[in-house]
Amino acid sequence: MAMRIVAETARLMGAERLIAIESAHIDGALYHGDSGTFFAERLVAGGAKTSVRATLNVGAIDLTGCSRNRLPPHELEMARRMMTAYQQLGCESTWTCAPYQAGHRPRLGSQVAWGESNAVVFCNSVLGARTNRYGDFLDIACAIAGRAPDYGLHRSENRRATVVFDVSGVDQKFLRSDLAWPVLGNLYGRLIGDAVGVITGLTFRPWEDILKAFGAAAASSGSVGLFHVAGATPEAPDERTVLRDAPAVERIVVTNDMVRDAQGRLSTAARADRIDAVAIGSPHLSLEEFDNLRRLLSGRHVTVPIYACTGRHVLRILERDGHRQELERLGVIIVADTCIVVTPILPAKPGAILMTNSGKFAHYAPSNTGYSVLYGSMGDCVESAVWGKPIFKVASW
Amino acid sequence: MVTVAAEVLLAGPAASATALALTAPISFWGGVDPKTGLVADPRHPEHGQLVTGKILLVPETVGSSSAAAILLELVHGNRAPAAIVLHEPDAILLLGLIVAKEMGYVTPIALRLDRNRYAALHGREIRVSKSGLLTADLE
Repeated sequence: MAMRIVAETARLMGAERLIAIESAHIDGALYHGDSGTFFAERLVAGGAKTSVRATLNVGAIDLTGCSRNRLPPHELEMARRMMTAYQQLGCESTWTCAPYQAGHRPRLGSQVAWGESNAVVFCNSVLGARTNRYGDFLDIACAIAGRAPDYGLHRSENRRATVVFDVSGVDQKFLRSDLAWPVLGNLYGRLIGDAVGVITGLTFRPWEDILKAFGAAAASSGSVGLFHVAGATPEAPDERTVLRDAPAVERIVVTNDMVRDAQGRLSTAARADRIDAVAIGSPHLSLEEFDNLRRLLSGRHVTVPIYACTGRHVLRILERDGHRQELERLGVIIVADTCIVVTPILPAKPGAILMTNSGKFAHYAPSNTGYSVLYGSMGDCVESAVWGKPIFKVASW
Repeated sequence: MVTVAAEVLLAGPAASATALALTAPISFWGGVDPKTGLVADPRHPEHGQLVTGKILLVPETVGSSSAAAILLELVHGNRAPAAIVLHEPDAILLLGLIVAKEMGYVTPIALRLDRNRYAALHGREIRVSKSGLLTADLE
């Protein structure tokens, strides 16, 4: 069945052959309804096993017990069965949307089959491994078959940048702030759709967590699978090389006004005078981001809860160092294995407002949680949680 | 009467239903509620409209790679569109139909048609043949 699914997709997408893959990241173990559980159990019943390394994206249940969800009994049972089925297929219980920070980093130029839009874009852009945007079912089918259809971003000719996204006109101080990158990502995704672009005009080398935030926001607002940053990402030593000496099809010159507008779009509750919760960690927080959170809190209790989403790879170290206990004492709710937009963890509360520093949470929270969103930097999110109302200290627009 | 020929991406039964042309890209995950078949994203122009039983015209898909799971769940729960028309084949979304077939569910036909033709079809009663012909009766 797995090979039939891979082959049928190849036909549909016009791929002439299948290629061998080295690893997979599986987004399919998140419960969206009983049908997905039945599919996974059908594979298990047929004796299927993954033939390459396969890490798991988030599930619907926090199996570590750090946080609780409000799934009704039937959904809870079906979600648990689904997570078990994927483990039985041979997938690793990583349960994170940031597998690239959990030790799964395919090498430059390797062929892989990854799901989860932010992981796909990071894998292609920052690691330089080659994957299409794998959806549920095809990811596990490829992991079992060890093969993937050869089209799209697996092929060198489709990895060339055709659009230049020039940020040289944007305030460079703003660009060095963590506030900027989900905003730029949201703008980039909306303007560029599924094209491959190269960001030019940065006067510094972007660090991993801001590229992660940019990619996640870009992959939420557009169909972005690969971006380049001239002078920073592995396939873009400079603009000319990544354009492969061809003229750009389009040159987007980003202005401060465009950025201001994009930042406004991330909030649906821009005039909020109170907040009900803060959520951070989409993609899952890295250890460095937790260090930053602890620094910003500096021992203060929060008035509204901060939901901090992460994976077991980080949780283990937080627990070892006593930081989990410390954060929980201050009112932080650590969410592992899952996150607040994929399963009902936030209390049901009509008219509630969620503050977040994540472009992806800002994009999905209104439809998936019913909360309106207010976008702010990590620093502002923490201050606002401490005071229980929106506080903007970081100079924004 | 107007007839438009679309390319069949995935075979399915003939259908006859109202056309709903989305006017903005959609992410099925977060954008369509699998329990109700309603467009759920409050920022989408067609927010609140029902995709179930419609000839759904999709100009562009964006966002999460879980779209296939939502479409499979719509099919499994008898809340799928009667036919899905895409501007270009999208492996992420159509996987939902490929898997639905493997699971033995009755799946809607999927077609490819240039999005410039969607506006003329929107809101009309459309007949879709198994060979991909879309026929609209002009009133």
